[in-house]
Amino acid sequence: MIDTTLRIVIYGLLTGGIYALIAMGLSLQYGVARVLNIAHGEFIMLGAMLTWALHTGFKMNPLLSLAVSGPLLFVIGFLIHRTLFKSLRTRAPSVAAFEGNSLLAAFGLLFAIQSIATLIWTANTRTYTYLNIGVEFAGTVYTVNRLVALAVAVAASVVFYLFVTRSRLGKAIRAAAQDPATAGLMGVNIDMVLAICFGLGAFLAGLAGLLISMYNALSTTIGLNYTVIALIVIVLGGLGSIPGSLIGGFILGIIGSIIIIRGDPSLSVVVYYGIFLILILVRPAGILGKK
Amino acid sequence: MLLLLLIFLATFPFYGLPSYYTVLVMTFFMFGILAVSWAMFSGATGYMSLAPAAFFGIGIYTTTILYSLLKVRVFSVLPVDALQPAVNAFLIGAVVAGGLVSFVLALLLGLVTLRLKGIYFAIFTFGLVVFISELILFLEIHITGTRGRTLILPGTGAPLCSNTTIYYIMLGILVATLLAIYFIRRSKLGLAMQSIGGNEEGAEHMGVNTTRVKVITFAISAIFMGAAGAIMAAKLIYIDPIIAFNLNYSFLPVLMAIFGGMGQLYGPVIGAVIFAYIQRILMTEFPKYYMLIFGNTRYPVHARWIGRAGAKVAESKAAIKIVERRRSGATCQYLKGKV
Repeated sequence: MIDTTLRIVIYGLLTGGIYALIAMGLSLQYGVARVLNIAHGEFIMLGAMLTWALHTGFKMNPLLSLAVSGPLLFVIGFLIHRTLFKSLRTRAPSVAAFEGNSLLAAFGLLFAIQSIATLIWTANTRTYTYLNIGVEFAGTVYTVNRLVALAVAVAASVVFYLFVTRSRLGKAIRAAAQDPATAGLMGVNIDMVLAICFGLGAFLAGLAGLLISMYNALSTTIGLNYTVIALIVIVLGGLGSIPGSLIGGFILGIIGSIIIIRGDPSLSVVVYYGIFLILILVRPAGILGKK
Repeated sequence: MLLLLLIFLATFPFYGLPSYYTVLVMTFFMFGILAVSWAMFSGATGYMSLAPAAFFGIGIYTTTILYSLLKVRVFSVLPVDALQPAVNAFLIGAVVAGGLVSFVLALLLGLVTLRLKGIYFAIFTFGLVVFISELILFLEIHITGTRGRTLILPGTGAPLCSNTTIYYIMLGILVATLLAIYFIRRSKLGLAMQSIGGNEEGAEHMGVNTTRVKVITFAISAIFMGAAGAIMAAKLIYIDPIIAFNLNYSFLPVLMAIFGGMGQLYGPVIGAVIFAYIQRILMTEFPKYYMLIFGNTRYPVHARWIGRAGAKVAESKAAIKIVERRRSGATCQYLKGKV
C-alpha cells in the first residue's frame, strides 16, 4: 500500500515537473502577451525534434544541445510576435478582440509549424537512447533520464521564477502584464517586452521538448497533446499565474499517475479533459488565479 | 437572381460534368452550412465558439451508430431493389436525428457554459471537441470493441448512396440554414442577439433574458452542424473519432465566416466557397508538383500526404493574413463597394 502510494507520488512528480515547465511557457505567453498560443505544443515538438536531429546528426549531448535549440526557438518566437501578433495587437479594438484573433492566428501557426516540420523530418516516429539506466528505489525501477529531466525542469522553473520576480526585465514583464498602457508610459518598451515574453515561452517549450525527447518517442504530431495538457494546467493553476502553473503541473502529474497505476492508462486523457471541463465551469479563475 | 442561382444549383448534377464537380460543390455546401451556422450564433453575440467540430462529429456518429444498429436487422434482409430507397429514407431520417441530438446536446451545454465569458468560452468549446472525441474512442475500444466503423451497403459493399443524393440533401440543409438565419435576424431574437454582441450588461438591464437568448441560438445553430455531419458520414464511408472530430471543422468555418464577412447572409457562404476551393486545389494539384520534386512516384500515398502538408502550410498562411485583415470582411466590403 505504502509502496504503491510512493510509486504514485514519484511518477506524479516525474511527469508533473515537465507539465509545469510546459505550462509556464504558455502561462507567460497568455498572462503577459495575451496570446492563447494553441501552437505552444508545436514549439515543444520543434525542441524535441531539434534535439533528436542534433543528437543523431552531430552526436551532441541532448542536454548541451540546448545551447543551439534554445536560442533558435527564442528567436523564432520573438520574430513571430514581432511580425504577426504585434500588428494584430495594434489593430484590435479591445483586449477581448485581440485574444480572439490571436487564438485564430495561433491555430494557423500550429498547422504552419507542424507542416514545415513534417516536410523536414517526415512523419516517422523517432527515438534515441540517452542515460537509459535503471535505478532501483523502494522496489521500483526508475530510469536516470527521467530523474535528470525532473531535476532540469525544477531548476529551470526556479531560475525562471527568480528571473521574473527579481530582475529588472522581469519587473518590466510583470508591469506589462498588469497594465500595458501605464507600463508603456513609464518607459517600458511594450512591444519589445511582449516579444521577449513570447520568445521566452517558446524557449521554455523547447527546453520541455528536449527533456521529453530523452525518454519518449517523437513525431511531428505530438504537439497538440502537450498544448492541451498545458491548457489544462494553466486553467488549473489560474490563467497567467506562474506559481499556479507549477502547482497545477504537479497536481495533474499526480492525478495522471493515479489513473495509470490504479486504473486504466487509456482513460487518462479522458479524465484529464473531464477535470479540465469541470474546472473551467466551476472555477474558471483557477486555484491561484485572481477573480 | 437568387432563384436563378438556386435553379442552377438544383440542376447542377445533370450538366454532365464529372462527379468531381458535384463533390466539390457539395463540399462548398458543407462548409457553407458550418460557416453560416457559426455566424448565426457567434457572429451576432460575439461569443467565439470552437464547437462546430463537436456538433459536426456528433452528427457523423449519429448516422454511424444508427446505421450499425439497423444494418443487420433491417437492411440485410431487404430485397435488393428495395434497399437503395430504404437507405435514402434512412439517411434523411438520420439527418433529422443528427440535428436533434446536436440540438439537445447544445441546449444542455449552453445551460452550463454560456455564463463563461470571453476566452474561457473559446477554451471550453475547444476542449469539448477533444473530450468528446477521446470519450468516444475510449467507449468504442472498451465497450463495443471497435476502433472505427465503415458505412457500406450490405452485400455489395458499395457506398450508402450516390454523390448526387448527398449533394441534394446537403443543398437542402444549406437552404434551411440560410432561411433560418434570415428569419432569426429579422425576429426579436435576432435583435436580442445583436444587443448582446453590442453590450451584454446593457441588454440585460433593458430586459433581455440574455441567458435564454444565448442558449436558444447556440442550440439552433448546432442543429445545422449536426445535420451536415449526419449526411457527411455517408460520404466519409470510414468513420473513427479522429476523422469525425477533426479540429479543422471547428477552425475553418470561423475563418471562412470572418473572411467572407458576417454583415450579410452570403458573406460566410462566399468565404466557405473560396476557402474550400483553395483547399481542394492545393490538395489535388500539389501532389504532382511534389512528386516531380521528390521523384517519388512509387509512393502515391506518401506524395499525397506531402500534398496535404503543403496545402496546410499555404492555407494557414492565408488564414493568418486574413485574421490580420479583420472582421469587416474583405469580400463584403468589396461587394458593397461594387454595388
